[in-house]
Amino acid sequence: MTRRALIPLFLFAVLVGFLAFGLTLNPRDVPSPLIDKPAPDFVLPTLRNPAGMASSQSMDGQLWILNVWASWCVACRQEHQTLMDFSAQQSIPLYGLNYKDRRTDALRWLDERGDPYRDSFYDIEGRVGIDYGVYGVPETFVIDQQGRIRYKHSGPLSPKLLHDTILPMIRGFGV
Amino acid sequence: MSREGLGKSPYLFGAKLAPGLVGLMVALIFLLFVSAGAAKEARPLSDDPELEARVMQIAEDLRCLVCQNETLAASHAGLAVDLRTQIREQLAAGRNAEQVVEFMVARYGDFILYRPPFQPSTWLLWVGPFGLLVVALWVMSYVIRQRRLVGDGLASEDEEPDS
Repeated sequence: MTRRALIPLFLFAVLVGFLAFGLTLNPRDVPSPLIDKPAPDFVLPTLRNPAGMASSQSMDGQLWILNVWASWCVACRQEHQTLMDFSAQQSIPLYGLNYKDRRTDALRWLDERGDPYRDSFYDIEGRVGIDYGVYGVPETFVIDQQGRIRYKHSGPLSPKLLHDTILPMIRGFGV
Repeated sequence: MSREGLGKSPYLFGAKLAPGLVGLMVALIFLLFVSAGAAKEARPLSDDPELEARVMQIAEDLRCLVCQNETLAASHAGLAVDLRTQIREQLAAGRNAEQVVEFMVARYGDFILYRPPFQPSTWLLWVGPFGLLVVALWVMSYVIRQRRLVGDGLASEDEEPDS
């Protein structure tokens, strides 16, 4: 067998390499174009204060986390304990964006399981979600002191993700 | 057709039908045709068919991010309905198709375009298959040429690639 005959084998190995790498990727994950861009401002009622309107701009100057959730979202239950632990152990403000939900259902969900949020903004039509590029629930945004989105995660948060990725990143921002 | 002596009851496949059953069958068949005609399309959400046509035209070039191999026009996902509403509202407010698409791409990225844009990050995607085809053709022609040379005794047997 001549050395030239090994070329197809080599090319095959290259293809296998691509396949192996590809298998580690999540094709459903859509990268956000909003990273490092200013977080879209919004004014919404909140679950705790349905009559008033709260503005996202009230968070200017603080680093905070916005978690998109809904009572109808099954995957949100997976991350709920992680969020409860987070808000108990960390001082970083955690706010919810209650996405296309019924207020009564949302409040009941929080009553039953516990409320990890300082408050949840009530986005009944999902328009604020569209501004943030939300395409599934749950999603989590890290917004820095200058009001820029620095990180977005689609899907439930895991303790591993929180401790290995998000918290070190936040510490890097100087909280 | 009725058998002689059994009166005027109708027969279907040899079975005797109860009186009135024929009338019921005719009524049901009539209803089937009528309802089929009514079930053509869902009533458009705005009463402006021209606006709807423009919405669908834009939506057909956008991807549904929930059912990711469907267009925004075809998908029944909640997000698709919301985004079609956005398109409709923006067109009604006077924006043009380009601005609406820009709105979507600003929020969801290039992935929301159903056809990937032709830019450096996607050159390999667009050109790759053709490039591979060219390489394959070149290799094939090389192999054929080698075989022919060996056959003519112009190249040594050692040169022949493994078959």
